[in-house]
Amino acid sequence: MASRIKTIGGMLRRGEITSLELTKKYLEAIKAVEPSVHAYAKVTEDMALNLAMEADEAFKRGDDLGPLAGIPMSLKDNMTVKDVETTCCSKILSGYRPTYNSFVWEKLSKGGAVLLGKANMDDFAMGSTCETSCYGPTYNPYNKNYVSGGSSGGSAASVASNTAVYSIGSDTGGSIRQPAAFCGVVGLKPTYGAVSRYGLLAYASGLDQIGPIASSVEDAAIVFDAIKGHDEKDHTSAKNAPAEPIASSLAAASVKGKRIGIVKSFYEDLNAEIKEAVFKAVKFYESEGAEIVEVDMPLIKYVVPVYYILACAEASSNLGRYDGIRLGYRASRYTDIDDMIVTTRSEGFGKEVQKRILLGTYVLSSGYFDAYYKKAQILRNRIIASFGEIFAKCDAIISPVATRTAFPLDYASDNPIETYLADIFTVPANIAGLPAVSLPCGKDSKGLPIGMQLIGNKFEEGKILGLAHSFEQSGLSGVTPLEMGVRL
Amino acid sequence: MKYEMVVGLETHVELSTKSKIFCSCPTDFGGEPNTHCCPVCTGEPGTLPILNKKVLEYAIKAGLATNCEISRSTHMDRKNYVYPDLPKAYQISQFDEPICKEGYIELDSGRRIGILRIHMEEDAGKLVHEGGYTYVDYNRGGVPLIEIVTKPDIRSIDEAREYLEKLQLILRHIGVSDCKMQEGSMRCDVNISIRPVGQTTFGTRCEIKNMNSLSFIEKALAYEFARQVDLVESGQAVEQETRRFDEVSGTTESMRGKEDAQDYRYFRDPDLPQIEVSEEIIERIKAGLPELPRQKQARYTTELGLPATESALIIKYKNIADYFEKAVAAGASPKNACNLIVTHIFRNFATEEEKEKFALPITPEMLAELIKLLDGGKITANIARDTLTKMLASGKPCTDFLTASDLASVDPAEVDRLCKEAIAANQKAVADFLAGKEIALKAVLGYVMKATRGKANAAEVEAKLISLIKG
Repeated sequence: MASRIKTIGGMLRRGEITSLELTKKYLEAIKAVEPSVHAYAKVTEDMALNLAMEADEAFKRGDDLGPLAGIPMSLKDNMTVKDVETTCCSKILSGYRPTYNSFVWEKLSKGGAVLLGKANMDDFAMGSTCETSCYGPTYNPYNKNYVSGGSSGGSAASVASNTAVYSIGSDTGGSIRQPAAFCGVVGLKPTYGAVSRYGLLAYASGLDQIGPIASSVEDAAIVFDAIKGHDEKDHTSAKNAPAEPIASSLAAASVKGKRIGIVKSFYEDLNAEIKEAVFKAVKFYESEGAEIVEVDMPLIKYVVPVYYILACAEASSNLGRYDGIRLGYRASRYTDIDDMIVTTRSEGFGKEVQKRILLGTYVLSSGYFDAYYKKAQILRNRIIASFGEIFAKCDAIISPVATRTAFPLDYASDNPIETYLADIFTVPANIAGLPAVSLPCGKDSKGLPIGMQLIGNKFEEGKILGLAHSFEQSGLSGVTPLEMGVRL
Repeated sequence: MKYEMVVGLETHVELSTKSKIFCSCPTDFGGEPNTHCCPVCTGEPGTLPILNKKVLEYAIKAGLATNCEISRSTHMDRKNYVYPDLPKAYQISQFDEPICKEGYIELDSGRRIGILRIHMEEDAGKLVHEGGYTYVDYNRGGVPLIEIVTKPDIRSIDEAREYLEKLQLILRHIGVSDCKMQEGSMRCDVNISIRPVGQTTFGTRCEIKNMNSLSFIEKALAYEFARQVDLVESGQAVEQETRRFDEVSGTTESMRGKEDAQDYRYFRDPDLPQIEVSEEIIERIKAGLPELPRQKQARYTTELGLPATESALIIKYKNIADYFEKAVAAGASPKNACNLIVTHIFRNFATEEEKEKFALPITPEMLAELIKLLDGGKITANIARDTLTKMLASGKPCTDFLTASDLASVDPAEVDRLCKEAIAANQKAVADFLAGKEIALKAVLGYVMKATRGKANAAEVEAKLISLIKG
């Protein structure tokens, strides 16, 4: 898979195309593709054209703003861009225009990025199908009867349908990796603290992490290099993370001698097509000289409950501020201030969000705190410790991204528990704050992409992206870009 | 039956850091509504708190000055509740690991009022009700607070007042808060129960919220004590509840009962890291602490030889104590400096607040120049007072007002002559004095003092007069 970013970057620098021409092509592609995919919550056409012209000006002056200069992209609708409506695809935030830029947009815009629009997502990032968005679902570009995945479904679908060169998503329990897998693209959830959360509308503060979705491992690395780094506005932002760029060292990365862990129990009840696809990659690594190590993850059965307790608890607190007083939606009929707040929240939040707020409120209540929240924290610490033992034995863990390929539309709402449990392979990296990359490794019998995941130790994005790059370059996945969107 | 009150106080104190606890907005009091605000302190979605290190330092200072243990490892928690003045719908506070614990403040009686804990938190905004609407002003939102919680050790209204005055004094001395109750930078929640004297178990307590003046606290305690005694005497039970003090009637009324108590769903704030406090930091802060009021009082009475009551008056206001010490450092005798400040300079300030500010047009060094002349017998106390009045009115040094004759000492021969003249001119007073009416001598003394414009030494003149009269 070639780097789209490098290809386009070369064309821009050689003057074969201007950013304005390119941006117009993307805006036209969005018009053509959106009716069947609906990856965007909002298209920022005027802003995109202006940013493209600014990028062209910079090129003309000889200012090279970096690898992302002049390149059109999409940003998940839970990150702020000053004065651009940011809603988390929730009715309760309708009309909210932030007064400040998120750290990630600030960095990208300084690097000359061209924002095409805000990508669709599940209501407040709560969901794994992109169907809970107040703007309606994003469809899977491979087959519109299936979901794009979530919560960063719009981001993944915009990249898969090439209506954005790359996208920025966020991942709390798999929200970058699972839609990337469902849509046949690459998604990186960086180490917790590697990318500043300032300006990311919080779902679960201790688990949320921003990362790239791109059409190749190299592109994901280029974008990650551009958005990582310490931010003094985020206390949880890492101060001593490795600063050197990863993208330029991918080609030299070697599989030989790497120890790759597999967890046997993951495959016991797993869908055969997914198992086969992941094992194809395992065999590839083995043939390239990697050592395949069996590792044990006995706590895996707790990760989904621990995740839902911690995430919902934090969400119940983080979402308390949406009360109709200062910003966003306000109910039109109410009797007094308490009724105004209650009615606004009942009308403004979607069903899934309300369910999680109730669950989170319950687990933090006095009398239940010790039984749920405290216990979940203890388990979280044990899970973190267990990864310490695992990474003493291997360099990376290989696993499926999800227990299945994309859900059919409307399936998840009737099968909530199955949908929650489908996150079992992605959630551990959030609980332990580890980096993990998702990339295509095959297709199922319906032609839907299958994703594999590589989980690394803290701040070892370079290692897992190197391994991912090697497999991608082998061409064994059989997943090739769709003939959609912009063709250059 | 005789009852005693059992009182515990929760005092909220605004810290006087320049910027807010989680952003760099100014903490200045007042200002146009919503002008000292940023996306962080208005709780705009996506913003994150950054702990102001000064707040931690000030809280540790307060803990050290009140004999607390300082936590080596602590964190911030979220206290969740919905109210329009709280834009995030949670207050960042501390729950299970307060920065300071187990301290005390010692009263003059020697009784120690235990301090259970001191924790850091952010203040909320302010609601303004006007013309049927309610407006929110977030200028105060995010101003750093510490909450100082005592053990139920206070047994009387006097002890409650003394504890609060001492706390105020300590916090002002170490410079962490101005503790102005009238501006809301010091507020108090009062917990009170009663029990028969001699009983060791506690009664059911009531909490009176948001008291903002010492006299209200005294009134509320008196009312609540009487109310609870009445209830118990008449065989009824005191309900555990939160009550409100009515400033007009001087009574308290129920706000909410125990069953309506809020569940704050405390949990550790995931946006903020564990706070590690090293031994070095504590030692550095300890070394930088100024002399505390109790130490100062001891030094003033033992080393400087000042009377306890007068030194207490000076220590009561940090700015005055500082001024006094500078004057002494510039060469003034402590006794005369203290005297002039307490008897003369104090008169220039009508209110407590003015005394706290202690804005004077003359420097302590200028005062010291005057006092040195008095100390050396170059001028009399009367002249010193008159000159000081002129200095305070003009801001000019004493040398601008003292004339050659002020500075010239009175010739002893002249005093002799004047004494004789005085006796001759006040025969009736002399006769009265000889008849045993000692006060009559004052008239004779006054004659001499007036004639020398106060420059003669009154004690010497009095002795001379007695010897002349009794001859």
